[in-house]
Amino acid sequence: MRYAYFPGCSSHGTGKEYESSTQAVAKKLGMELVEIPDWSCCGATAAHGKSHLLNVALPARNLAIAEDMGLDTLTTGCAACYQQLANANKEMTENKEIKEKINKITGKEYKGTLKVKSLVEAIGTVDQELLKSNIVKPLSGLRVAAYYGCLLVRPPQITGFDDPENPMFMDNMMKLAGAEALDWAHKTECCGASLGVSNLGIAVKLINKILKGVIASGADCVVVACPFCHLNLDWHQKSVNKQLGTSYEMPVFYFTELLGLAMGINQDELGLKTHFTDTQKILSKVG
Amino acid sequence: MESINLNQSISKNADFIQRIGEESGQPVQKCYQCGKCTAGCPVAFAMDYTPNQVIRMVQLGMKDELLKSNTIWICASCSTCSTRCPCNVEVAHVMESLRIMAGRSGTAPAGKAKYVEIMYNALLSTVEKYGRTYEVGLVLQNNLRSGKLFNGADMGMPMLQKGKLKLSPSKVKGAAEIARIFSEVRKMEGGVK
Repeated sequence: MRYAYFPGCSSHGTGKEYESSTQAVAKKLGMELVEIPDWSCCGATAAHGKSHLLNVALPARNLAIAEDMGLDTLTTGCAACYQQLANANKEMTENKEIKEKINKITGKEYKGTLKVKSLVEAIGTVDQELLKSNIVKPLSGLRVAAYYGCLLVRPPQITGFDDPENPMFMDNMMKLAGAEALDWAHKTECCGASLGVSNLGIAVKLINKILKGVIASGADCVVVACPFCHLNLDWHQKSVNKQLGTSYEMPVFYFTELLGLAMGINQDELGLKTHFTDTQKILSKVG
Repeated sequence: MESINLNQSISKNADFIQRIGEESGQPVQKCYQCGKCTAGCPVAFAMDYTPNQVIRMVQLGMKDELLKSNTIWICASCSTCSTRCPCNVEVAHVMESLRIMAGRSGTAPAGKAKYVEIMYNALLSTVEKYGRTYEVGLVLQNNLRSGKLFNGADMGMPMLQKGKLKLSPSKVKGAAEIARIFSEVRKMEGGVK
């Protein structure tokens, strides 16, 4: 299967291990991720607060370029980019007036033929036998809390591929990889996203609630599918400890990293050494 | 809150009520104050008006109070409210429309809300210039404009050591196309700073 692939701005920076593990896993599964030529920022998470047209036009430029690639599905790993692209796609396919206006703004003709899928959905809907046959080092004994956050599953009017209150896509993938995916209460609570930049004092309270939930579930680690969730839960764990007097040391993995480990891909290729919260305890258990 | 004359407020701000309904595309008049949005809101604790209060205030035409409130900026757009509303009001969309309207009307957000607007502007200015978000530039601009100079300063070294900090921006080839998007939108809306 070939996909038009949107890496997103964090793929070269804060989310680089998501990018490397995505590429490694896709290669194993025979998924061809064709980078959208000269892709540009989707506008997350700022354009929606400034202008409706800008918020649709920024992702729409990428939709138009991707459509010209002749592929029928676009996928992206970042939950915020996914939300932006899926939202613009919905608005432009459902509202002719908006489509015309936006095409005029971007100077590119988007006809509205693309499907937009999150990477979780794209990998999760790969032939299950193919997925299973690639699991050569099952993550036996690893207890994971799959954390979905917001933009991957809400609002269902835009996302619609999984239950917005109790999504299971990542849980199922983790089970397939041999791990134990735990039932827990905070899988779709918000991590605060960019409040981590603008108002850290608010964000740490949200992150604290999620990490508390992870601990209560008895999980060894958290699994995420968004570079912003990762930044807040991994890097800002330190800020939570400092500001709220907690002592969390909870490893946070991208689902592609754990899937990659179970597929026998080596840690360097996955980019597992760039986390802020120590991952060695987990890696020595399953690596 | 001081007492308000509902009849006066509604008739004086009838066009505001209609505009928010149109711009957000949401049937705000359907809200019957069940409070589910506020019960699920992860940031209600930091807001001056709760989400259900905001919807009621829209129904009552309380434009000035809403455009000045920090709620419309603190909302993290997580859409928990939109997902759970029994009347299918996507509350997060209403918040967004109010935020955009506040920006257009030149109502300057204060306190915590101010920092949200500064972050938006810092991010979008790097996008307008390079076509992609430039994380280092974003943080530097954010700190300069907010006066919180050392915000995130502890991140710099560890990020650099992990190779997660890209010191120079990556600029798209079609940077002129991005600049065009911004200028066309400004022409059409006149609202993007």
